[in-house]
Amino acid sequence: MTIVARPESRRARRADRPAARRSGAPRGAGSPGEPRRIGWLYVLPALLVYGAFLLWPLVRGAQFSLYEWDGLGPATWAGLSNYGEMLSDPVLRGSFGHLAVLIVFYAVLPCGVAFVLVGAMSRARVRGLAFFRTALFLPQVVAMVAVAVAWQWMYSADGPVNGLLRALHSLGLPDWSRGWLGDFTFALPAVGLIGTWVNIGLAMVLLLAGVQKIPRELYEAARIDGAGPVREFWTVTLPGLRRELAVALTLTSILALRNFDLIYMATGGGPGDATKVPAYEVYNRTFNTGEVGLGCAVGITIAALAFAITAGIRRAVEGRPDRAEGRA
Amino acid sequence: MPMRSTASGGTVHGSGVRRVGRRTVLAAVAVAALGAACAPGSDAERPPTKAPDAVETDVAKAGSVTLTVWDQEVQGGQRKQIEKLNAQFQAKYPNVKINRVSRSFTDLQNTLRLALSGDNPPDVVEANQGYAAMAQFVKAGMLLPLDAYDQVYGWRKRYPKGLTDLNSVTSDGKLIGSGSLYGVSLNGEIVGLYYNKDKLAKLGLQPPKTWGEFEQALATAKSKGEIPIAFGNQEKLPAMQLYGVIQDQYASKQAVRDLVFGKGGSWSDGPNVQAAQKLAEWARRGYFTKDANAIKWDDTPANFAKGDGVFMFGGTWWASDLMDKMGDKVGFMLPPPAQAGGASATMGGESLPWAITAKSKHPDVAAAYIDFITSPEAMDVAVETGNLPALAPPTKKPRGALMNDILAAWNTLSRTDGVTPYLDYATPTFADAFGGPLQELITGKTTAQQAMRKAQDDYAAFQKKK
Repeated sequence: MTIVARPESRRARRADRPAARRSGAPRGAGSPGEPRRIGWLYVLPALLVYGAFLLWPLVRGAQFSLYEWDGLGPATWAGLSNYGEMLSDPVLRGSFGHLAVLIVFYAVLPCGVAFVLVGAMSRARVRGLAFFRTALFLPQVVAMVAVAVAWQWMYSADGPVNGLLRALHSLGLPDWSRGWLGDFTFALPAVGLIGTWVNIGLAMVLLLAGVQKIPRELYEAARIDGAGPVREFWTVTLPGLRRELAVALTLTSILALRNFDLIYMATGGGPGDATKVPAYEVYNRTFNTGEVGLGCAVGITIAALAFAITAGIRRAVEGRPDRAEGRA
Repeated sequence: MPMRSTASGGTVHGSGVRRVGRRTVLAAVAVAALGAACAPGSDAERPPTKAPDAVETDVAKAGSVTLTVWDQEVQGGQRKQIEKLNAQFQAKYPNVKINRVSRSFTDLQNTLRLALSGDNPPDVVEANQGYAAMAQFVKAGMLLPLDAYDQVYGWRKRYPKGLTDLNSVTSDGKLIGSGSLYGVSLNGEIVGLYYNKDKLAKLGLQPPKTWGEFEQALATAKSKGEIPIAFGNQEKLPAMQLYGVIQDQYASKQAVRDLVFGKGGSWSDGPNVQAAQKLAEWARRGYFTKDANAIKWDDTPANFAKGDGVFMFGGTWWASDLMDKMGDKVGFMLPPPAQAGGASATMGGESLPWAITAKSKHPDVAAAYIDFITSPEAMDVAVETGNLPALAPPTKKPRGALMNDILAAWNTLSRTDGVTPYLDYATPTFADAFGGPLQELITGKTTAQQAMRKAQDDYAAFQKKK
């Protein structure tokens, strides 16, 4: 709240300040529309709630991460050693590696697939678009826990996935059936594909909204200039969808970062440590093993990562609007 | 803090005054907040020890009391047991109202920490045994030592030493099995061997009398296309229980107890590695349900009841469910001993102990309540509601062949002192640190030596930290 409000008020004040000084008018009684101090009063209720339930826990979490604490007895000051342990503990380090894999499955893959689909759809009017949009978005509406339970059955020994693979086997292909979520090699990609399934709909809906906003004239102009479907995609669709793509990538990456429920329900981090992710470890270390400081350190790191990834995506995808428009 | 920052903001000149001032204020507020927020956790105040003659045993004299009790008895028979006992207690002492809060085992584990560290904890809680729970709570001074009450009510006399040891810990939380008593349990638990009587008959086999016969039976079952052992290990804990049963065949019960409670020994000792090798061998020979690491623990008895498995290692907590599904077709026995007629040892113990919180305002009433629900009459209630009471019930007999099997096994085990503790008591992180490598061992991704080495690493690290 404060962060959003500040740049504007600062700019306004700076522009206004010389005039205000010259006339000797009291601050806060400027021209209409200029932010006044009473504005703080208006945002105060929201600010209090925001501070109490978001900022305060964040500050406390950061503080806890500097202590060695079992959650019960007295804590001892640990400095940055929890962060050091986070980097040296092979399980925790591994969990960040798994996160990187999951970001590919949760963000890159769905956005890529959705992008290509939308690119194809942009060339022609699709019948029943509203229906497809709803159907694709449905996984987003279902609670993640329900998704996890459903997919656990899909992947189970006698589930549909293995049923299909056995049917293929009977047609002469090698037997690929296995206990997917209990397999050291395939558990992580199997969980990742659930994320892909969930997030394609979200990315698709966002991009579809964006593509409808691109003027048809641009496509017509491109076609008159002799652009084929691929050229058209690169010169019209992609630049026109930059912002939507940034939003889709950001949202899906954040989903990957805070991916706890799916892991907790579907695999519990197993087999071994094969599907442990940082968000799961925050819970595990804090509540199961009594390493509250370490859990908080991981949590703070996730927050910092979320911040960095969001900022990174903004810069990479959305950051150069002039060039994007110029190319279009 | 905020005072000082305003002053420093005032020394800055020019047009930046307001801006810098505000930023400094914000920063200062953040710093002040950090400073004001004292270090997490509070110093442990040891609960005062009470003299036995100061204990008031007459609950009626306590006046109107509301006793808040947190338990995890949410499953069928156990829920009925507690409901019945609570009703009886309140009928006996109308001045006491029991405010019962029941949660599933996992939920209780997760919320108990927070509840105990708060200012207003419940009076009576079920706090799990082991270094991950009870020992930590005791170390933090959150549970009341029950020695004074024990002298009045005689709990240590009522229960075998093996069982009260499980609920005892030194006040620094460093050694389970010594120190003060911190809780009393209601029900017994054994991890034993369930067998499908129909399947055995079809294979032409008798329930095995020795460990050797048992392994032969496994080979026979496998060769005739049956699944020898129903096994689901997604949660990692099942493999630790299975390992523990095998370990009891190779290591002496005292060695296992000492190891789990941190009194000596190493997980990479010879017998412990041998046990892991046996587990790996069974897996290699295909004695377990296929893809066991992908099957949920709770699905194991369901699969076994369906006929997917001749044998199944499992806790007595599955008995009532299995009896409903299989009737008289299911039997239960202790893991067979090396020699026929020898004494069996297996993992087990007792249900979660009922403990009194250090901040409880009615510790005497709480103690009377715990005494009431663990009395001989309460053991009758346990049998009536289909549970395995920790002590022999004075009058009631269990119904059904399976419950009789189980009660007989429990009595044998109590008589021969053959109970070994659950392995996950060993360290707070053991479920992952040992359960994970066991999952790898079952799939052949690691060797017995490596798996036990990993367990020992975690164990040694905890012993050092403790």
